[in-house]
Amino acid sequence: MRSCTFPGRYESLTKIASFIREAAREAGLDSFSIYTVETAVDEACTNIIEHSYQGENKGKIDLSCKIERSGLTIILRDDGIPFDPEQVPTPRLEGPLEERQGRGLGLYFMRELMDEVRFDFDEKTGNILTMVKYKEKHKG
Amino acid sequence: MEITTQQYKHCDLVWVSGRLDSATSPQLAAALQAITDTGRFKIVLDLSAVEFISSAGLRILIHAQKICKRYNRGQIILTNVPQNVYAALDLAGFTTLFKIMNDNLTAVGNI
Repeated sequence: MRSCTFPGRYESLTKIASFIREAAREAGLDSFSIYTVETAVDEACTNIIEHSYQGENKGKIDLSCKIERSGLTIILRDDGIPFDPEQVPTPRLEGPLEERQGRGLGLYFMRELMDEVRFDFDEKTGNILTMVKYKEKHKG
Repeated sequence: MEITTQQYKHCDLVWVSGRLDSATSPQLAAALQAITDTGRFKIVLDLSAVEFISSAGLRILIHAQKICKRYNRGQIILTNVPQNVYAALDLAGFTTLFKIMNDNLTAVGNI
């Protein structure tokens, strides 16, 4: 298990990306999967700053990676307000330009790019987001 | 992230490099707005050196495209789009909203 804590601000995203790319490489993911994991984690951390902390510099982001034979498990924790994915609008992926907003894309990306995405919250631990990416041959 | 712009008579060519995430996207938004604020709405955006794009970066592109296309006064053409960046555009359903070309000369000549 590799763990690291980052300040909850957008400037941290570059360091978070390096950390997660290295873990994904070590887990044996192919280069496109590494990019998709980097994207999902970037979106997740942006969501934590925007929704859980309601802004930058309000708290920290704990990032843990579990490297397994089947792939990579990523756990993100924060102490912000409970994140409710049901409140995030579903993005429009079709239709004319004027009707596109780009809202809700972050969560949509996380769900599309990772094999498992789970949000948990309790008073003691805060928000816990678990995301799993399997190696190609372990996908069922 | 670095942004370089070159002004032609009828359009602007903009090169972006590095990461387009929540931290850096406002810089691109400001650079594009600096162009559209002067009444110029034909922009060729070269993405060849973009290493990473998140939904924050994609939102900037869509917002700027709306401004440029309004009243049919122009558009943003994307050029030299790396495979990973294209995958993100595709996942967001944005590939139909932009002309995507493989070289800047053709884009500048056809915008």
